[in-house]
Amino acid sequence: MMQHEQLFQSKIDQEVKIEPLDWMPDAYRKNLVRQISQHAHSEIVGMLPEGNWITRAPSLKRKAILLAKVQDEAGHGLYLYSAAETLGTSRDQMIEDLHSGKAKYSSIFNYPTLTWADMGAIGWLVDGAAILNQVMLCRTSYGPYARAMVRICKEESFHQRQGFESLLVLSKGTETQKQMCQDAINRWWWPSLMMFGPKDADSTHSDQSMKWKIKRKSNDELRQQFIDMIAGQVKLLGMTLPDPDLKWNEERKHYDFGEIDWEEFWAVVKGNGPCNKERLAARKKAWDDGAWVREAAKVYAEKQSKKILKSA
Amino acid sequence: MFAINKYYYGDIPDGGGNTSNAQFSAENEWPLWEVFIRHKQGLDHKHVGSLHAADANMAIENARDVYTRRMEGVSIWVVESKNIHASQPEDAGSFYDPAQDKIYRHPTFYDLPDEVKHM
Repeated sequence: MMQHEQLFQSKIDQEVKIEPLDWMPDAYRKNLVRQISQHAHSEIVGMLPEGNWITRAPSLKRKAILLAKVQDEAGHGLYLYSAAETLGTSRDQMIEDLHSGKAKYSSIFNYPTLTWADMGAIGWLVDGAAILNQVMLCRTSYGPYARAMVRICKEESFHQRQGFESLLVLSKGTETQKQMCQDAINRWWWPSLMMFGPKDADSTHSDQSMKWKIKRKSNDELRQQFIDMIAGQVKLLGMTLPDPDLKWNEERKHYDFGEIDWEEFWAVVKGNGPCNKERLAARKKAWDDGAWVREAAKVYAEKQSKKILKSA
Repeated sequence: MFAINKYYYGDIPDGGGNTSNAQFSAENEWPLWEVFIRHKQGLDHKHVGSLHAADANMAIENARDVYTRRMEGVSIWVVESKNIHASQPEDAGSFYDPAQDKIYRHPTFYDLPDEVKHM
C-alpha cells in the first residue's frame, strides 16, 4: 500500500497523468468524484437561470446564441459526468446525490435572472470566473478530467465573449438600457467573486488537492486574477463595479478589493439562497417527467435487439 | 485517511465526500458507449468521450449532438463500452518490456556522415 502510494505521488510529481485503471488512493478517487460530479451538476443546473430567457430574448440572433450556449452547457455536463463515471460511480448515483441534496452545485445558480442584461452579466462574469478555474483544470492530474476540461475550454470562450458583447450593446443604448446593464453588473459582481470559494486563510489543514495537483492555484489567487481582469474590462463598458474599496495597488500590482459577505456565501451554500428550492425542484421534475422516456427507449432497444437475433 | 478541509470552486463540502456508495447501481441506466470521431477525411477515428444511449442509433445521434456541434467530425463510430478490452496498467512493466532494449529499431541509433543529408 505504502509502495503504491509513493509510486502514485511520484507520478504526480513528474506530471504523469493518472488514468482510470491506474492505482490511486481512495481519498483521491472520492475527492475527484465529489469535485467532478459537483462540477457536472453546476453545468446542468446552470442551464436553468438562462433557460428562463430563451423565449424572451430581444432578437432572433440573441435567441439563437442563448440556445447554443445552453446546449453547450448540457454537453459540458455530459463530458464531466462521463469523466466521473470512469472513477467507478454511476450516472444514476450522481443524479440521486444531486436530488437528495447530498451533492452540491455552484451557488451562483441560486441567484435569479431578473432582466435581459443578466444574460450578458452571466456570460461575462460568471462564465469568466468559471473559465479561469477551468483553464487551470486543463492541467489537472486526472486524465479524463483534464481532457473534458480542454474540450470545455475550447467551447467556453464564446460564452464569455457573447456576454460581454451583449452588455456592450446595452451600454451604448438608451438611458434605461444603460441602467439595466449597470444593475445586472451590481447584482452579479459579488456572487461571482464567491464562486472561487472561501479565503485561503480559512483553510488550516494541509492542502491535499494541491499536492495531488487536482488543483494548481488557490482560491485567492484565482479570485485576484479575476478581479484584475474584470476591473480593466468594466472600463470598456463605461460601467462600474459595486465596490468602493476597489483600487489599483501599485505595490502589489493588483487591485485591492472590499470584503466579501461570507455570511451570504454560507447561507446560499446551505440551501437558503433566493432560488435553491426552485432550482432543485426543476431538476427533479425534469428527471421524473423523463422517466417514461428512459424506460420506453430501453425496452424498445431490447425488443429490437431480440428481433435481430431471431432473424439472424 | 485524512480530512480535506479546503473547498474549491464548485466543490462544496458535503460532510465526508462519500458520493459513491452502491445504493444506485447502473442497472437501470442506458448502456454506456464510447465515441470515436473522424475529424476529416484522411484521418483516423479518434476516441473523444462516452455517453449513454439505449441503442447504437441513439448513440450516434447523441454523439453528433454533443461531439460535433462545431463541425468537429465527418464520421462517427460508437462501441458499447463493455465490448472494449484493455491491457492492464499493472502489467505494463513486463508487457512492454520486450521493446525497451531494442533501440536499434530507431533511426537515431545509426551514426551517419554529415554528407548523407536526408536519410
